[in-house]
Amino acid sequence: MSLFLDALQWLAEPTHWSGANGIGTRLGEHVFITLLVVVVAAVIALPVGIAVGHTGRGRTLVVGVLGAARAVPTLGLLTLLGLWLGIGLKAPVIALIILAIPSLLAGAYAGVESANRTVVDAARAVGMSEGQLIRRVELALGAPVIIGGVRAAVLQVIATATLAAYTADVGLGRYLFAGLKTRDYAQMLAGAILVAVLAVLAEILLAMWQRRARRKASPAARERQDSELSGNGSQV
Amino acid sequence: MRKMIRTGIIGLAAMFALAGCGSGDPLDSGESSATGKGEPIVIGSQDYYSSEIISEVYAQALEAEGYSVDRQFRIGQREVYVPELESGDIDLFPEYTGPLLQYWEPDTEARLSDDVYESLKKAAPDGLRVLEQSPATDQDSYTVTKEFAERWGVETIDDLAKVTEPMTMGANSEAEERPNGPKGLKETYGVDVGFTPIEDSGGPLTVKALNDGSIQLAIIYTADPTIAQNKLVSIKDTEGLFLASHVVPLASDNVDQGAEDVINKVSAAMQPEDLLNMNRRSVADQLPASEIAREWLRKADLG
Repeated sequence: MSLFLDALQWLAEPTHWSGANGIGTRLGEHVFITLLVVVVAAVIALPVGIAVGHTGRGRTLVVGVLGAARAVPTLGLLTLLGLWLGIGLKAPVIALIILAIPSLLAGAYAGVESANRTVVDAARAVGMSEGQLIRRVELALGAPVIIGGVRAAVLQVIATATLAAYTADVGLGRYLFAGLKTRDYAQMLAGAILVAVLAVLAEILLAMWQRRARRKASPAARERQDSELSGNGSQV
Repeated sequence: MRKMIRTGIIGLAAMFALAGCGSGDPLDSGESSATGKGEPIVIGSQDYYSSEIISEVYAQALEAEGYSVDRQFRIGQREVYVPELESGDIDLFPEYTGPLLQYWEPDTEARLSDDVYESLKKAAPDGLRVLEQSPATDQDSYTVTKEFAERWGVETIDDLAKVTEPMTMGANSEAEERPNGPKGLKETYGVDVGFTPIEDSGGPLTVKALNDGSIQLAIIYTADPTIAQNKLVSIKDTEGLFLASHVVPLASDNVDQGAEDVINKVSAAMQPEDLLNMNRRSVADQLPASEIAREWLRKADLG
């Protein structure tokens, strides 16, 4: 417990908040990396996931590849990429993108697939094109699940972006590594607390977004969905 | 939240698993030989492949003289094993003069090889003693590429003052605050450098960064075979920024005169190149410590 107090004290120290190694800078870098990684991963993963969910083609392949991709250890991948690309941000960003893709992709195809088939057929019957079908029906109905994928990806990336400090002077991971190596465990725990707080904040924001999407997707079932939501965070 | 904690734990576990990886067979180190005189001598080693090789050399040299030994290798860091030596659970341990002195006397002023060794002899607590130090050294050093050294005429750390381009040092993050990092370099030599963390202890990522020119200076152990393999040079530390760090056996009273003589002979015979070669056999050829030790003892005519 005293270690925890030491960590809080470390956080309360004003000099730790400013400067190039200050908490403000590190938090900003951490958020920046997370956003960058999730946006790039989404640009890659969402179209593929939507296509797979809509057509039902390539599902086996995607599920297999995703299963394998989830098992890739990010630190190992980071070291390999680092040996190829050198130090700096490139290697950790690519490794984190590979970490984020499975959740996003799984969310996308599961979301699109989950759209009620009767509704989809009805939409087709009233003359919607495939593009309209995807945009207006499948994405709207699948949004809660797709956002669930985003939630999972964001959480993983926030927690794992600490590895960026393995080869670059960037992010909250700096406190973890510096604390670990110098036995300054107060600093290390303070870094971990910051990562946790950031993750919780992101989780709250995304949960709110997900709830809104859920209400929009099935207004009639609002009550039921809301009670389900509380325990059903990032599962996709 | 649960997911995040899980990811965090998995990440940490992966980190430790990777950090623990190394060459050598961990099952190889548990055996003890039953023959010989009296109580077996318990030999430990750091969790560092090079330290394990030296321990294995001690073990085999003692066995050849009829002593029985108990191998307790890959124990971990100084904070863990020195208390075990002090309590008498371990009898013999290959150490490094500078870092060991700093462990007992954090504020020591001694830097050069003989001063460090003399201070170390006095610093050893009752029941423990350091035997003769070996010419073999393994210490942190600033390392640059050969190309960089030639371009700026850099042979010693003082020469870094001649470099007009901005320089960046790459090392584990702890170096940023320690005396051997940018701060110490500024204080002792008046040279300004930037800093970037590379958390692989002078491993392949650090070497890659040097060769890419992302960093100009790295902290790498002098006995690391990657220095020669990658056309890198360790630059001379004329002011003693880094403590001299000779291989030195730390022994308890359980090590009798006969055993001490055996170990002293080994230390005297082990040259810096020998240590480098043995490290190379481990890193490049992936040979187990026992085989590397046997090979060297045979060559040195001690086995």
